[in-house]
Amino acid sequence: MGKLIERQRNILDFTLSSLFRRKGKNTSLFLVYTLVVFMLASVVFFTHAIKREASIILKEAPEMIIQRSVAGRHDLIPVGYLDRIRNIRGVSSARSRLWGYYYDPVVGANYTLIVPEKYAHGPESIVIGEGISRTRLAYPGDDMEFRAFDGSMMVLQIRDVFPAESELISSDLMLISEDDFRRLFGVPKEHATDLVVRVRNSRELSTIALKVSERLPDTRIILREEILRTYDSIFNWRGGMMVFVLVGALLAFLIFAWDRASGLSQEEKREIGILKAIGWETSDVILMKFWEGLVISLSAFLAGIIFAYGHVFFTNSIFFEPALKGWAVLYPAFKLIPFIDLSQVATLFFLTVVPYTVATIIPSWASATIDPDTVMRA
Amino acid sequence: MRKSNYFLFYLTGNLLLLLFLFAHAFFHETYAGPLLRENSELVKRLELSDLCLFTEASYTRHLTQADLNTPFQDYPVCLEHFPSGSILMPPEMLKKPYGKID
Repeated sequence: MGKLIERQRNILDFTLSSLFRRKGKNTSLFLVYTLVVFMLASVVFFTHAIKREASIILKEAPEMIIQRSVAGRHDLIPVGYLDRIRNIRGVSSARSRLWGYYYDPVVGANYTLIVPEKYAHGPESIVIGEGISRTRLAYPGDDMEFRAFDGSMMVLQIRDVFPAESELISSDLMLISEDDFRRLFGVPKEHATDLVVRVRNSRELSTIALKVSERLPDTRIILREEILRTYDSIFNWRGGMMVFVLVGALLAFLIFAWDRASGLSQEEKREIGILKAIGWETSDVILMKFWEGLVISLSAFLAGIIFAYGHVFFTNSIFFEPALKGWAVLYPAFKLIPFIDLSQVATLFFLTVVPYTVATIIPSWASATIDPDTVMRA
Repeated sequence: MRKSNYFLFYLTGNLLLLLFLFAHAFFHETYAGPLLRENSELVKRLELSDLCLFTEASYTRHLTQADLNTPFQDYPVCLEHFPSGSILMPPEMLKKPYGKID
């Protein structure tokens, strides 16, 4: 056993010396490899953390939301619809929701205005999210001006700011009283934005949804399951443009690795020729090439994973920020909770190390079977 | 010292660092319990349906409330907000038909 380990260590010593002799080439390979792992791992860590957090937080989202559409567009829903829903067997409560968007021309940002069921701060007051406070430099006690639907100005006083820890859900929120909301947007008393329904038994949800859609054919229904499923699928890293960017990067890297492993330099060929001439077997050369691949891929894999973790969870995905911000003026500064597990690391390992090994194994075998006589004469 | 020792030290160092990160994630996750509960409570109290990730358009702000005609609501000829619209997948519920096709 000791002899076997010693043999491997000798070959590893030789491999490392050989790698250091071609420092420039191998350092560039290591850096590119680390970058590929870093990119993939950052995406996997980021999307997994968001999905997990969404699934935990949104577990308490409304069980059923009913929205009305007119001529293919979301429209205000008559509050009278509530009576037709309440008498459906299995419905425990139904209430109307008032919410909407307000475009603030001062900073060019959109706010989400919500009327909570119980608003404790009284009329002519608002509670704002940390994102609004940061963007507008507005704090409790300050006044904010709003242009109402009829062109008149409304002044509302900020009473409170949501805690920074809740930015992932409250960054652009603005709580407002019902009267102020109706005055701002001109929503008549007998209308609301949508309806929220709670049921006694969640297993009856789909049956109740069917009954609602039969009674109110001009509505569409959004169930909590769909809300949760949306966040589960929305950040699917296989989706959207990201897949092309990442697959492109991975393919480019594999071509690079293949090219590097197959295009042996004259010096490398001579080295293999000499090794074989002094008695190394083909299997020893393959073993050396195996160690060469392992040293590079394992080093790059570990470094890439560690940097990606730091990037996503310590620097709040600083490199993704410009892409994620997009058009948004008001962008939530949230800190993700690091939800990681071994399966993610294993997936990344199979996505990066295995393709590299496969891409380099054939060229390694080809180089190991070089005829020493031919190489040394060249 | 032998070169293989340096490599083994590097590997061990990295593995220890990785272990530390796993421990960091575990403790962070454990201590984040009350915060997650508070946020969940806020979602329940305000009857929220979405995370605040992209605030530039209604269909990116309220992903679960999106429908197939929302892109036309923003302004003429604007069908897509880049890059958030490209990073995000359309919600699963939009892909299923509202009724039987035949």
